[in-house]
Amino acid sequence: MSSEIIHSSLSPLFPAAAFRRSLSDALELAHGVDAVSAEERAASLAKRSLKKESKVWGLKLAISMMDLTTLEGKDTRGKVFALCQKAMHPEPSDREIPHVAAVCVYPTMVPFVKQAVAGSGVKIASVATGFPSGQTFTHIKVNETRETVAAGADEIDMVIDRGAFLSGDYRKVFDEIAEVKEACGPAHLKVILETGELANYDQVRRASLIAMYAGADFIKTSTGKVTVNATLPVTLVMLEAIRDFHHATGKQIGMKPAGGIASSKLALAYLVLLYETMGPNWMTPDLFRFGASSLLNDVLMQLRKEKTGAYQSGDYFTID
Amino acid sequence: MSTTSIETRERLQPGPASSALLWDYSPSLESTDHFRLDARYNLFIGGKFVEPHSRRWFETINPATEETLAEIAEGDAEDVDRAVREARRAYQKVWRRMPPSERAKYIFRIARLIQEKSRALAVVETMNGGKPIKESRDVDIPLAAAHFFYYAGWADKLEYAFPNRNVAPVGVAGQIIPWNFPLLMAAWKLAPALAAGNTIVLKPAETTPLTSLLLAQIIQEAELPPGVVNIVTGAGATGAALVAHPDVDKIAFTGSTEVGKRIQRAAAGTKKKLTLELGGKAPNIVFEDAPLDQAIEGIINGIYFNQGHVCCAGSRLFVQESILEPVIRKLRERIGTLRVGNPLDKNTDVGAINSRAQLEKIQELVSSGVEEGAEIYQSSCALPTRGFWFAPTFFTGVGQSNRIAQEEIFGPVLSVLTFRTPEEALEKANNTPYGLSAGVWTEKGSRILKMAQKLRAGVVWANTYNKFDPTSPFGGYKESGYGREGGVHGLGPYVVLS
Repeated sequence: MSSEIIHSSLSPLFPAAAFRRSLSDALELAHGVDAVSAEERAASLAKRSLKKESKVWGLKLAISMMDLTTLEGKDTRGKVFALCQKAMHPEPSDREIPHVAAVCVYPTMVPFVKQAVAGSGVKIASVATGFPSGQTFTHIKVNETRETVAAGADEIDMVIDRGAFLSGDYRKVFDEIAEVKEACGPAHLKVILETGELANYDQVRRASLIAMYAGADFIKTSTGKVTVNATLPVTLVMLEAIRDFHHATGKQIGMKPAGGIASSKLALAYLVLLYETMGPNWMTPDLFRFGASSLLNDVLMQLRKEKTGAYQSGDYFTID
Repeated sequence: MSTTSIETRERLQPGPASSALLWDYSPSLESTDHFRLDARYNLFIGGKFVEPHSRRWFETINPATEETLAEIAEGDAEDVDRAVREARRAYQKVWRRMPPSERAKYIFRIARLIQEKSRALAVVETMNGGKPIKESRDVDIPLAAAHFFYYAGWADKLEYAFPNRNVAPVGVAGQIIPWNFPLLMAAWKLAPALAAGNTIVLKPAETTPLTSLLLAQIIQEAELPPGVVNIVTGAGATGAALVAHPDVDKIAFTGSTEVGKRIQRAAAGTKKKLTLELGGKAPNIVFEDAPLDQAIEGIINGIYFNQGHVCCAGSRLFVQESILEPVIRKLRERIGTLRVGNPLDKNTDVGAINSRAQLEKIQELVSSGVEEGAEIYQSSCALPTRGFWFAPTFFTGVGQSNRIAQEEIFGPVLSVLTFRTPEEALEKANNTPYGLSAGVWTEKGSRILKMAQKLRAGVVWANTYNKFDPTSPFGGYKESGYGREGGVHGLGPYVVLS
């Protein structure tokens, strides 16, 4: 299998570094994962009991890590505008509540988001590459990526070709990611593995490593469009791959669980998982994101409860 | 009762690189106001709590704070004799004659009452023994109830456990249990004995008698006929009196190999049936094709679970040399994330050492490891100032001949050794007087089967460690003892077949 040295002016995180993009390196690290033990470990971390200051700290961090998302056929400029307002000022009455990390939309909505969030620090993320199935031609994926970045996206969420992956054509998966990465230019690339379609943790680990060696800045669990989305054990397995990749290359890759994370309790469980697997360095929006749409209001409700001692009615939290 | 006061500083240094940012988990203490301990506990004999003949009581403490929890009666030979006579009477007049389905009802009732009172039992287990609340809550107490449930089911089905045989109880059983899993070990011993129709005199460990005495209260509440279960607390002399009593038909002991040998000598030449579950120095063998991150969890769970106070702890880690570097690196990272401190904190992973004596034994053996030239690595966690504590520790560069590779440390201390081939792993793993348990980590199924066949150990775990279930027999080879507890095998020591 071929490998190439890329002097990566493409990777804004490590402008000076040269790293080897090699499929064989990825597959070499792709040892098996024991499902029973991995699920047990994730379940035990989910039992951590977070109270008081540690809970508030975690919830605020969770907000700052959110990719507030709308990915529907019926999305309009108005809908996206409302979402952007919420992203920039989740709780206008409380200045201590941070803005979210990014707004995540379809490519055609990118110009509207760019207008709405200008100067706020909220990033513009967009799915591309034939989202969510990825079943289109590579040159179309590459062009879609290029045009989306040109329209103003800071971050591209691409999907891998699961058909190619499941039929064993790892080379195609690898090369396509590398091409999209190149098309991203200065934009960050998040690679969606769609773990709900990969069948087992061995495959999740393998896909994670292929994505990272091919140039991903982030790896992401799901599109949110299939039956099984992010889970704690899948996230654990992906984080362990990130940890091994970091040891092998020195490169820090981000993690984004997406889909089905709707409660504060679950969000805190993800943060505990992150903290106790990766350590404090990964506790930043630069290296961890939540892909979520309904999580934000639950977190705001919990924060209000911690502040006032009582749960407030849902009517006090905006539906956007 | 006073609440425990432990100075714990939450800290973590996990991950590939640590920085100044620490996420302090605020204390999350299990409450202790939902039950009340008595100031003094007497002996449980003939269905009643009675003062000891010696009129002496000793203090039992919380090893995490060194605070006194209660006074416990010191039973002597007179008390043991009284308990054995009550047990004999209950055996002949009541328990042996009772229809087995009726016996089962009592055992079920005990199981349900343990579940009902599980919260208090978990807290007391943690306060008296030092183990983290998450372990007593999620492992010890539920498993104890599960053992009673499981053996209750056998009580009226003994003829199916031993087909084509006549099954009779043995008689009066003397049972001596250790301090590492106090209530669970009581359940392991009592449940099968009761199901098979025996009556019992139980001697809890000196340092951890409290949950056994709460169990005595449960037994009263379940209205088990008086004398069927008697509990005599005390130290070594009390246990020795029980072993020496001429009217005891069976002795079951769990504890150190040293004491086990003494009991074996004492029982020699008598009619007494004997089962022993003793020490261990279990090999945990990691092959180069193992699922590495899960193997690390298994290693951690294998040695630091219950502060390493586990007879089947995976205390000798055998790593295939080709993966030694990543295993040691990951182990160092993972050990740094273990939260050591107040056992009542729901986020604590490693609690207090059970007693000062045990702490001194661990310290002595660890010093010997350093003196013999092994390289020590300890978690840098802050330890509370009061109570008995030992930081999670492992040694690399350990040879088979080092004391830390041969002797049971019974603490949170792991010895790492290496091997080159499966044959070498087997040879070294079996090269010990013990043989209680073993672990094998590999993705290759055929290798698991081959290793399991050739490892001289009562339990072999594959790609997991420290898993227990009432349906599964547990027991040792060689100096780890004989007889099995758990499963249908666990009934064997408590029946006479004809």
